Amino acid sequence: MLTYNTQPKGSVSQGINTCQGCMIDVIFRNVLEIMGEDTVLVIPPGCSAQFSGCGPEASVTVPGIQGNLENSAAIAAGIAAGFKYQGNDHTQVVAIAGDGATVDIGLQSLSGAMERNDNILYICYDNEAYMNTGIQGSSSTPLAASTTTTPAGKPVNSKDLMQIVMAHHVPYAASASIANLPDLRKKVKKAKEIKGCRVLHIMSPCPTGWGYKMSKTVEVAREAIQNGAWVLMEYEDGKVKLGKKPSQLGDVEKYFSMQKRFKGVTPEEKDEVGRHLIERYEYLEKLAAL
Amino acid sequence: MEKQQNMPTNTPAKRRVLGPCSHILVAANTGSWRMERPQVDEEACIRCGICSKYCPTACITVNKEGCPLEFDWHYCKGCGICANECPRQALSMIPEGSGE
Repeated sequence: MLTYNTQPKGSVSQGINTCQGCMIDVIFRNVLEIMGEDTVLVIPPGCSAQFSGCGPEASVTVPGIQGNLENSAAIAAGIAAGFKYQGNDHTQVVAIAGDGATVDIGLQSLSGAMERNDNILYICYDNEAYMNTGIQGSSSTPLAASTTTTPAGKPVNSKDLMQIVMAHHVPYAASASIANLPDLRKKVKKAKEIKGCRVLHIMSPCPTGWGYKMSKTVEVAREAIQNGAWVLMEYEDGKVKLGKKPSQLGDVEKYFSMQKRFKGVTPEEKDEVGRHLIERYEYLEKLAAL
Repeated sequence: MEKQQNMPTNTPAKRRVLGPCSHILVAANTGSWRMERPQVDEEACIRCGICSKYCPTACITVNKEGCPLEFDWHYCKGCGICANECPRQALSMIPEGSGE
């Protein structure tokens, strides 16, 4: 049983040691508010491990388990299988992992869970590097972004998680952003109603790793949506649905100037990134038209 | 491999579990990190509630009547997202210790 030393707001306690300007708290609060108390959380190590707790101290009121980086989807699938055996069809199993634990280390277990179509909701909050361990580049780090392992800018493009997920033909997948909370809440609500493996990919900019002023988190995320660096989309029953068309598609000038991680980017690289964003969006538009 | 020890918690004996088990809900005093704090221009505030939606610590309470905004200074980290997102620029960040 949980001993309450503080009154939580929703299902999440208020004082959490995430950085100033970090919006993971908002993601957790909104997700748990919609999913309700009848939820089991699976959290791998990372920034989100602040929520599953340290020692005897926890920060969320729902039960949860902290696994390893590579097996959060497998643990969630196991819990879901246990509930199925018990005849429990109401408890939701939610895994919330970072981008490193999703697209790098945990990709095989997530792929397995998506293939078996286990009844879990997998949420990846994407801050585009291993922020918790000191800003190492992950395979979600975009082209030309500087991290401690790619100090001169990442030479290759990032993996497109949404297309990896879509290739598994899951019942529901969506990408959301903390800059658009009503849209995020709508997608979580939709995911709650659906049975099977559901994947949400949520952008969560990191003031420490991206190098911008902590008050600009939402502004940076909004700018990413406007230039196509982050595409809001939904995948449901084999159909792709895109959000509103970005107003400045491929124009990364302002987005790059806001962040220190793109400080040493040359104009040629900027053009390359812009071209890639336009190409990706046009490809997604073709998929949506099918 | 070393065998995991049976760590007793303060739950009844039959609920003893292997490994550390978080059973106390706590909150850190994140208000002590604050270097700047938000100040409200009460005339400009239209009480839309956008600041409280985006506040990472959920420390802003918007009342429809009376005082526009209430801050929980025990938790406000002073990140300034509320001031940045305010559509009417009713919030401004002032150095901690100044103002009222």
